[in-house]
Amino acid sequence: MRLAWRMLGRDWRAGELRVLAAALVIAVASVTSVAFFADRVGRALVRDAHQLLGADLVLVSDRPWSRAVAQTIEARGLASAEALNFVSMALAGGESQLAGVKAVTAAYPLRGRLRIAAAPGAPDALAEGGPRRGTVWLEERLITALQAPVGSRLRLGRAELEVAAVLTLEPERSANFFNIAPRLMMSLEDVPATGLVQPGSRVWYYLYAAGAPAAVRALEAELQPRLERGQRLDTLETGRPEVRASVERAQRFLGLTALLAAVLAGVAIALGTRRFVERHLDGCAVMRCLGATQPALVRLYGAEFALLGAAASALGVALGFAAQLGIGAALAGVLRTELPAPGVLPAVQGFLVGLVLLLGFALPPLLQLKNVPALRVLRRETAPRPGALVSYVAGAAAFGGLLIWQAGDWTLGASVVGGFAAAVLVFFAAAWAVLKLLTRPALVRRAGPRLRYGLASLRRHARGNAVQVASLALGLTAVLLLSVTRNDLVDAWRRSAPPDAPNRFLIGVQPEQLAQVRALLAERGVGSPQFYPMVRGRLTAVNGAPVSEANYAEERAKRLVEREFNLSYLEALPAHNSVSAGRWFAPDARELSVEEGIARRLGWRLGDELTFTVGADSFTARVSSLRKLRWDSMQVNFFVIAPPRVLEGMATSYISAFRLEPGREAAAHELVARFPNVTLVDVGAAVRQAQAVVDQLVSAVQFIFLFTLGAGLLVLYSALVATEDERRREAAVMRVHGASRAQVTGAQRIEFLVMGLLAGLLAAAGAAAIGELLAVRVFELDLPPSPRLWIAGPLAGVALLSVNAWLSARQVLRVSPALTLRESA
Amino acid sequence: MNRHNHNVLSARGIGKTVKSGDSDLVILREIDLEVTPGEAVAVVGASGSGKSTLLAILAGLDTPTSGRVELEGADLFALDEDRRAALRGRSVGFVFQSFQLLPALTALENVMLPLELGGRADAEAAAREMLARVGLGERLQHYPRHLSGGEQQRVALARAFVTRPRLLFADEPTGSLDAESGGAIIRLLFEMNREYGTTLVLVTHDEELAARCQRVVRLAGGRIAA
Repeated sequence: MRLAWRMLGRDWRAGELRVLAAALVIAVASVTSVAFFADRVGRALVRDAHQLLGADLVLVSDRPWSRAVAQTIEARGLASAEALNFVSMALAGGESQLAGVKAVTAAYPLRGRLRIAAAPGAPDALAEGGPRRGTVWLEERLITALQAPVGSRLRLGRAELEVAAVLTLEPERSANFFNIAPRLMMSLEDVPATGLVQPGSRVWYYLYAAGAPAAVRALEAELQPRLERGQRLDTLETGRPEVRASVERAQRFLGLTALLAAVLAGVAIALGTRRFVERHLDGCAVMRCLGATQPALVRLYGAEFALLGAAASALGVALGFAAQLGIGAALAGVLRTELPAPGVLPAVQGFLVGLVLLLGFALPPLLQLKNVPALRVLRRETAPRPGALVSYVAGAAAFGGLLIWQAGDWTLGASVVGGFAAAVLVFFAAAWAVLKLLTRPALVRRAGPRLRYGLASLRRHARGNAVQVASLALGLTAVLLLSVTRNDLVDAWRRSAPPDAPNRFLIGVQPEQLAQVRALLAERGVGSPQFYPMVRGRLTAVNGAPVSEANYAEERAKRLVEREFNLSYLEALPAHNSVSAGRWFAPDARELSVEEGIARRLGWRLGDELTFTVGADSFTARVSSLRKLRWDSMQVNFFVIAPPRVLEGMATSYISAFRLEPGREAAAHELVARFPNVTLVDVGAAVRQAQAVVDQLVSAVQFIFLFTLGAGLLVLYSALVATEDERRREAAVMRVHGASRAQVTGAQRIEFLVMGLLAGLLAAAGAAAIGELLAVRVFELDLPPSPRLWIAGPLAGVALLSVNAWLSARQVLRVSPALTLRESA
Repeated sequence: MNRHNHNVLSARGIGKTVKSGDSDLVILREIDLEVTPGEAVAVVGASGSGKSTLLAILAGLDTPTSGRVELEGADLFALDEDRRAALRGRSVGFVFQSFQLLPALTALENVMLPLELGGRADAEAAAREMLARVGLGERLQHYPRHLSGGEQQRVALARAFVTRPRLLFADEPTGSLDAESGGAIIRLLFEMNREYGTTLVLVTHDEELAARCQRVVRLAGGRIAA
């Protein structure tokens, strides 16, 4: 062990370990900084997603919560707030308008902030808490409808209140697009004065709680069993499918980035170790001469590497921590949120990754060192070169499991690991084949003198160059995935909640009004959105057996069954839906298509017969397909769709979603004025909220991608450094025999050009294939072919190798050939 | 071009000093050396006497701190590195103790290398001929690692002579070989030297080998000893 320490010191002084140690430090630093940051962002996402609930946990009831429940919340040390929701007429001047009233305590909301403005269209700002006593905040729609500007007064029940601000953002509200009446927010203390809350009035009572996750979970566990009929408990996990989808997707992106950093790290370690072993063949031969046994050599180098690994990993973890602090600080503005402190797990993870990488990639070539014959002292060429492939395969196997663990997701981990493993093999085979083909003696002989020497030199190193091209292509693949493909994926993701997403829902259009409403929308330039027929029905039986909420244990399932379903009838599958099981029904069949999530929740299977009651009628039909919906598409979605024949003739109204561009609000007013029974829901705020969340996730992901890109470039550099010794010696021999600088650099340039082009093309192909795989299998997005990729790949390959050709030529030409040859002798 | 009475190699006042930590280490001082065409000169000296450095400077592989070297009448260090390289390619051959064959090239390709660099069209034919001359006509496609030390040094000899240099520098050519192969290499070297009328500058610590040269220059402490 002491010898190992001394060897470590000597090798370090001699500069032998610097490349390897740097690779390891970079590897661990990139893995941990990504992991640290991903951990913090992940925690922030979970916390911020709670803003959409306004709290970590929300209790909803159709009657007042008992004092005991509020006391339970307080007893657990959690912050709490209260709210009442009800619908009431608001009056101002001569106008009246139905308002969705929300009366809140001062602490509301516990998570997220309300935004208010001094006038419609004026810039808004974060509000501290809710409206003060005696004042109300109105949604812009309500101000317009009541013609009650900020500063005016309105009547609500028996109370007279001052309009104090325009409410521009209510995080919780975007959770529900069907808040039909525009919002009027007031202080809870003013409610008694209105006299609106009487026995029998329809009021929802909300209790909010927020605080330490453990305490929230404990509260949930305590309250859940005590809930009665008409009461429910919402958390991030139980509510908001579209928010959950976004968070899950973001976590996958972050996991992917961390994975790629780990893959890059492995390549860097493998290259560093190869160089170390190559440079230690002589030393081992000498030690063998001096009587070192094979086990002694293994112990010696094993210990030296273990020490190196521990030191470099520790340094890497520290560096990773520092880097993520920097990332957090740099991103503070973009993230618009305070990041929580990271946990310890990423540090442990990074340290383990470092050790596993080092042992996995370094052990096989190190074991080859013991086989160095003592004879090498006399004849350098007698020793076997360390097999690059063996170390790559062993290393890849050693940490494949680690990657999957880090991804925390089998699908993602397996597709990235599998993709890279396949890419390595394919890259090597392709590079080897192309190099062989390009440098066939017949072809080389016909080439001009300059090209000829470059090609000859390519051929002479065919295998080494194939390894080089493969690892470069691998690194470049990661870089391209991170830069170009990442952008394509992000674009595709953005498109899934496009900027032209609908911002108005039109509900309750009667069949006889349909033509007029359509005509009005078309005349006012709003367009011709699709109208979906909607039938409200209650589920009464499944496979002939009567069903009620008592049949379900889960609260959300109970609620679904208790409520009326919005059923629709269509002949064709809506564009933003896809059939995930079974087949879309024929127009004349008595069949249903149901959303897969609700089917899972309610235990419906393909072939089940469902009976719904609509008014006095009822119908039964068989489930023939399950559908996947895009919850973040902001389109009209239905849990259950039937063929027209099944539902036609039952009480139908129409629903539509369309985009109302700013400045065309007059059309909306006209619509509401002409068709008083029709409800127009402004989901613009909800869309904005969802997009803000998406933007935030994307910017976090992008920053991490940027960081990993840096790690990728460092890997490329170490790949190039790995063959520098040999090139220097060759160039020196060439110069001894009369080669000019131009001949030395020209030959290298052609060699690097071909290699760079080849690596770039392979990398573009690899990134395209992996991107497509990820898009289809993991993210469920359509990824169009990317011309950018095929331009960027070869360009990047050639550019990187050109820089290297220049650097390495400078190195070679700077040192006198006598010195280079003496060093290598 | 060279006049016949001109010396092939002429060195005057060669000095070489390198920095070693804080102090300067003098490797060579005030070396004068004239080599006439067809001559075989041995430079001998103990290890560390500076003989390899002198060889590197004479061949233009390293630069002296002071003094000048004329190779075929050209002032070596007035030329830039590319011109020096071109001059080497035309007029100078090398044999090293550690052979310095490129491991990725076959025997034939190693011998072709200097011809290819000089842009010679008949590189392959000339290289085949020269390898046959050194007795390796059957091993053209072998890589250095498949050749014995003696065979490798014969490839190096073929590479050195294939350009028909006027001047050949040999640095301990037998230093890596056993007595038998070493003897064979030396016989071949002197044979070819006579055959092609090459001027030979040989660095060695082997007195027996040095004695085969027409003139012996002894280096000690960076100076020529009497």
